[in-house]
Amino acid sequence: MDFLNGLVTLLNFVVIPATAYGAQLAIGALGVTLVYGILRFSNFAHGDTMAFGTMAVILVTWGLQALGVDLGPVPTALLALPFGILITVGLVLVTDRWVYRFYRVKKVPPVLLVIVSMGVMFVYNGLTRLIIGPDDQRFDDGARFLISARDFKTWSGLDEGLALRTSQAITIVTAVAVVAALFWFLNRTRTGKSMRAFSDNEDLALLSGISPERVVAITWVIVAALACVAGTLYGLDKSFKPFTYFQLLLPIFAAAIVGGLGSPLGAIAGGFVIAYSEVILTYAWKKVLVYWLPESLEPEGLVQLLSTDYKFAVSFAILVIVLLFRPTGLFRGKAL
Amino acid sequence: MRTIGLFLLVGVLILLTGMFQSWNVALGIVNMGLISAILALGVNMQWGYAGLFNVGVMGFVALGGLAAVLVGMPPVEGAWAAGGGRIILALAFGAAVLAGAIYLYKRMTPGAVRTLSLLALLVVGFVVYRRLFDGAVEAVEAVDPALTGYLGGLGLPILFAWPVGALLAAGAAWVIGKTALGLRSDYLAIATLGIAEIVIAVLKNEDWLSRGVKNVIGLPRPVPYEVDLQQDPGFVEQAASFGLDPVVASSMAVKLGYTALFLAVLVVVMWMAQAALASPWGRMMRAIRDNETAAEAMGKDVTRRHLQIFILGSAVCGLAGAMMTTLDGQLTPSSYQPLRFTFLVWVMVIVGGSGNNFGAVLGGMLIWFLWVQVEPLGLMLMQLLSSGLPEGSALKAHLLESAAHMRLFTMGLVLLIVLRFAPRGLIPER
Repeated sequence: MDFLNGLVTLLNFVVIPATAYGAQLAIGALGVTLVYGILRFSNFAHGDTMAFGTMAVILVTWGLQALGVDLGPVPTALLALPFGILITVGLVLVTDRWVYRFYRVKKVPPVLLVIVSMGVMFVYNGLTRLIIGPDDQRFDDGARFLISARDFKTWSGLDEGLALRTSQAITIVTAVAVVAALFWFLNRTRTGKSMRAFSDNEDLALLSGISPERVVAITWVIVAALACVAGTLYGLDKSFKPFTYFQLLLPIFAAAIVGGLGSPLGAIAGGFVIAYSEVILTYAWKKVLVYWLPESLEPEGLVQLLSTDYKFAVSFAILVIVLLFRPTGLFRGKAL
Repeated sequence: MRTIGLFLLVGVLILLTGMFQSWNVALGIVNMGLISAILALGVNMQWGYAGLFNVGVMGFVALGGLAAVLVGMPPVEGAWAAGGGRIILALAFGAAVLAGAIYLYKRMTPGAVRTLSLLALLVVGFVVYRRLFDGAVEAVEAVDPALTGYLGGLGLPILFAWPVGALLAAGAAWVIGKTALGLRSDYLAIATLGIAEIVIAVLKNEDWLSRGVKNVIGLPRPVPYEVDLQQDPGFVEQAASFGLDPVVASSMAVKLGYTALFLAVLVVVMWMAQAALASPWGRMMRAIRDNETAAEAMGKDVTRRHLQIFILGSAVCGLAGAMMTTLDGQLTPSSYQPLRFTFLVWVMVIVGGSGNNFGAVLGGMLIWFLWVQVEPLGLMLMQLLSSGLPEGSALKAHLLESAAHMRLFTMGLVLLIVLRFAPRGLIPER
């Protein structure tokens, strides 16, 4: 019984939150890694693209709510998501046309593109703050829990509850769907294959008649959609605040690099590695250990390895370890 | 010619501010502009001379700020007695464990034995370290938490903090550079981004060191206090002879004192930067930046040179950070925002002209001026835009409220426009 109680606590406080967070990071890192693979630069504006996309979703959600539309137990934001994606795609394509294309045609070194993306980051950040302001926004409606802690306790007769929030369940389901669709697209369709060819060897791809502008445009569309989905899921799960999205840049980049920049599979693995490490290292293990250890060994303190404020330090430490021992990442990305 | 003209333009802008707003505002802009110029010089060394992409400027600035506290504040006696020694001991022990781990890693043959002994050392070391550290921290933070609750500093004159800030930043830069230099340029960017966030997290959470979010206020000053000046009859008389109110005059005198100090530092840093750029060392740096492979073929140790310039540039940022905290008279960890302390400095360097020290100084002054003035201008613009709207409409209120966020948008736009139409900046590299 004690073992089960400990296990449920572990599931409730570590596995479920870390899986949801990992899925959000993975979708974010996929966007970064795709830009890196096709356009060959680290996109610093990705966090703010996510923020902008989420903001679009929030505005549409408010509109829908004002019209009296709702999906019952499921958050209205899911209905607003396609519109949000369309708006984000529009913004990103305009940015590419007005900003990035000029440099692409001139074939400037990648580090200059990074600086350009920094300018784009400022502009997106400013836009988001101008439109919705810098404050916290909650846009989660519908049923809060899929399984609530109390229901679980009465059902199982255990002392510890297991709660699954709707937003967490939606995150995981959406993430699986998005990743499956992306991989089907990259591996099975003609356009997806041309994208991979372009990423592997640009010159050869050009010789075989692949239109670079088309590949780039499709990449941006996918990246914008991924950013919008990742941002909305994160916002549903936690809350929306433009500055937090900017800060997500670090774990997202860490995830992409740990997995191997340019490798979609690596981005997903990296996302979960980062999320699990963050949660495991900042969780106070006392609650689990009281069940699992004999009473004589019961810990006095919280058994928290790091305070939660140091979660960035965790992504950073993992990043450094990977850079030191395996600079190409777990899945042999193209970077070195 | 162009250089002189542009500097004159900035001067005129500041004079106009003085005439139409107030001389106090103008002097405030000058002081922060001078610090920004030094920051921009530091980043320009890294980017302009060597092509290193550092987006962790905020972290180095904050380390400089920490130095101001550690050097300038008086030591808290009770705290040192309560656990200061033990904290130092714990930190030394932690460092020893890490050093031991590195030694083991280098000396033992790779294999399961090495991995296991490394793991054992790190786990045991961590547990012992936490045992030593946690108790001491609790004891220190319990000492009069409303007023102190930290170890305090050395109680030395605050000017000593400036070189110490540079040293702290240089130390951090050495650690990052050792890890991330020699890999792709983007990796350095991500690594610096990370270290900056960590430095801020440390400042916010390690109360025994920096009082965390409780802030350290009342740092000693290198210039006299306004109140003392106002009570000095000689000063009041002098102010009156200029036809100035003693309160205004005292605050201007204090600001002018800072201006003189900052200007002196800027001139020294600028002189050293120019001399370095013109020396064979500077030529070598530019050669490495322009073609790493060729420079390497000529026998230059590219990674080592990069490490060197990365440390130098970061030290300059740390110096500027210590100066900034001295000017503010307080350390407020939550006020460090990457957009303001890292990315704005980048806008300064790019707009001014990367690779040119005068460009960096100009960019620092000009962009700081814009950063301060865009807000009132944005408010005016919004008032103009919303003047047709009915009074009390939600849109009007929102527009007026959002004017404060015009800054970021404008800075991004300025950066993108300069990159597109004048990629070498206002004062290009010769």
